[in-house]
Amino acid sequence: TEVKVDVDIKDYRGVWVFIEQRDKHIAGVALELVSEGRKLADELGVELAGVVLGEDVEDLAKDVFAYGADKVYLVDGPVFKDYRTDPYTDVIVDMINEYKPEIVLFGATNNGRDFAARIAVRVHAGLTADCTELSIDPETRELWQTRPAFGGNIMATIICPQHRPQMATVRPKVMKKAEPDYNKTGEIVRVQSDVKEEDISTKIQEIVEHAVKTLNLAEADIIVSGGRGIGGPENYHLIEELANALNGAAGASRAAVDAGWVPHYRQVGQTGKTVAPKIYVACGISGAIQHLAGMQTSDVIIAINKDPEAPIFKVATYGIVGDLHKVVPILTKKFQELKEAN
Amino acid sequence: MEIIVCIKQVPDTTEVKIDPEKGTLMREGVPSIVNPFDKNAVEAALQLRDEKGGKVTVITMGPPQAVDALRECLAMGADEAVLLSDRAFASSDTWATSYTLAMAIEKIGNYDLILCGKQAIDGDTAQVGPGIAEHIGLPQVTYVQKIRETNDDGLVVERAIEGGYEVLTVGLPAMIAVEKSINEPRFPTMMGTMKAHKKEVPTWGAAEIEADEDKLGMNGSPTRVKRIFAPERKSQGEMIEGDDENQVCTLLVEKLLDKKVI
Ligand SMILES: Cc1cc2nc3c(=O)[nH]c(=O)nc-3n(C[C@H](O)[C@H](O)[C@H](O)COP(=O)(O)OP(=O)(O)OC[C@H]3O[C@@H](n4cnc5c(N)ncnc54)[C@H](O)[C@@H]3O)c2cc1C
Ligand SMILES: Cc1cc2nc3c(=O)[nH]c(=O)nc-3n(C[C@H](O)[C@H](O)[C@H](O)COP(=O)(O)OP(=O)(O)OC[C@H]3O[C@@H](n4cnc5c(N)ncnc54)[C@H](O)[C@@H]3O)c2cc1C
Repeated sequence: TEVKVDVDIKDYRGVWVFIEQRDKHIAGVALELVSEGRKLADELGVELAGVVLGEDVEDLAKDVFAYGADKVYLVDGPVFKDYRTDPYTDVIVDMINEYKPEIVLFGATNNGRDFAARIAVRVHAGLTADCTELSIDPETRELWQTRPAFGGNIMATIICPQHRPQMATVRPKVMKKAEPDYNKTGEIVRVQSDVKEEDISTKIQEIVEHAVKTLNLAEADIIVSGGRGIGGPENYHLIEELANALNGAAGASRAAVDAGWVPHYRQVGQTGKTVAPKIYVACGISGAIQHLAGMQTSDVIIAINKDPEAPIFKVATYGIVGDLHKVVPILTKKFQELKEAN
Repeated sequence: MEIIVCIKQVPDTTEVKIDPEKGTLMREGVPSIVNPFDKNAVEAALQLRDEKGGKVTVITMGPPQAVDALRECLAMGADEAVLLSDRAFASSDTWATSYTLAMAIEKIGNYDLILCGKQAIDGDTAQVGPGIAEHIGLPQVTYVQKIRETNDDGLVVERAIEGGYEVLTVGLPAMIAVEKSINEPRFPTMMGTMKAHKKEVPTWGAAEIEADEDKLGMNGSPTRVKRIFAPERKSQGEMIEGDDENQVCTLLVEKLLDKKVI
């Protein structure tokens, strides 16, 4: 059965990236996507635009240009200060209908996934979740979107042949950031919006940052995680200290979270966060498939476990068989010394 | 409070493999479970009902055997269940799935709150909850880690974001998708299980929910799965050995410096 075509797909041109920001700070994944979007736009021979929403955020355009965009669509106003589903969706849908981009990319963050799913339904577009690879089929100009599913046990390549735009959320840290060039500039298109505060039923009362001031997992280049092998909450500081010595973030397995040793927001894995840092250090973690689902695409995996048969060693780049209570403090000291020497 | 919870029956993903020759999923013999996040959604609904009164209805779209997942939720204490099952629903992506669920919710009518899990552990998209909200035109809050209170304005909830959380108020009716950390789902009681098995669970198809055929199943799905393949496994790594912990750590640091990883 052929699908009824909603739109004339030839009318749609150009690649867009949603520039997620909080407190005027651009999420790392947005710049990764501008870098990736540049490649896709070049292959298609079209323009690359960043879409910036917020209050008083015009300044962010220079970063978006530096990473490769030709154009920035700017929606500026108090209603857009912090991300909220309704006002953000209303404006972006109007813009998509007016300017007709063929591809729209979002970071697979909590806000990106919340937002993209809503837009896709309203504009009747396909949305591929949590992609780890994007490419263009030169013959059809289709976007091939590859993503893990079933907790990382399988990969699927997804296309949207008859609907536009082709929409995807992309995992943080998977695409590489280009070298920024701050000599580059581009066109800023100011988009007016008549969204009114009175019409929005969700209100933000406050935004609370986690008390422990370490990096958040999605943004970290280096993550050190502790599992049941740490033995108790009193030992988690070993993990945090190693993370600090590496300027990274501290994570955990579900066993450590379920035991109440570590807060849930630090959990890595299928029912926690999916991460892909440059270095992932697993300490006292056995390597259950649900844990691997959240970290196995990391560039370098270091595993420390006293059991030489632990499955974590099957995915590890470097493995150390030993007692983490001895190994981790020594590593911390060595990295600390390196840091101070530099 | 009248609450509808969307639950999905999923394969226990630890055991799903790819047929290396055909490149298809091998689901045979893989046990089915209620999506773990959806149990948190049911638990959240039961707590609200026990506090405020009202009714909890669980719905699922799936093959006939998905009724088992509904019965498990009835055994936990849900009041009603509806199975959405029809050949026309097959091969739905998240657009068509959320449309089908939205039409069923509209048919049930009279609800204050729709609850979903954060995501299903097979499809892993987290798109169906927002999709339902959009099809119906409801406000949504995803990644909810706590329901602080219900009041005349609606709900006050905590929504997880990277590096922290937001406190939001949302008017009802609304769609809320919940995190694992929101609660600890209760186990079904013996009594509950017995009652659940006697309960009538109606099955609705495309006709019952008055759906537009063009928006169902494959027809209603903009995405196409082009191919499925097994992920590349990392090549066998290197074990670092030495006389003592200190030497092992020195070797590791040297390797990382050598390879310019740090
Ligand atoms: C639906 C579902 C979803 C799940 N989601 C997740 C998820 O998101 N994230 C997740 O992590 N898990 C998840 N799990 C749980 C997962 O199956 C495992 O139970 C969990 O990952 C185990 O955590 P662990 O490796 O810390 O503990 P264990 O498996 O108990 O392993 C502890 C390890 O520490 C080692 N060890 C002990 N003492 C020392 C020492 N002194 N020095 C060095 N090593 C030591 C042991 O040899 C062992 O390998 C999920 C499970 C299910 C069913
Ligand atoms: C390998 C593979 C990859 C896929 N990738 C995509 C993709 O990128 N984009 C896309 O649009 N579709 C995709 N699909 C299709 C998608 O899995 C189905 O549409 C599925 O029905 C719903 O998506 P989900 O499992 O991701 O659910 P999620 O959106 O993750 O589920 C969120 C919540 O919605 C509710 N819910 C979800 N499904 C049901 C249901 N059937 N009945 C009741 N409640 C439900 C539950 O409360 C659940 O916790 C893919 C399918 C496969 C096999």
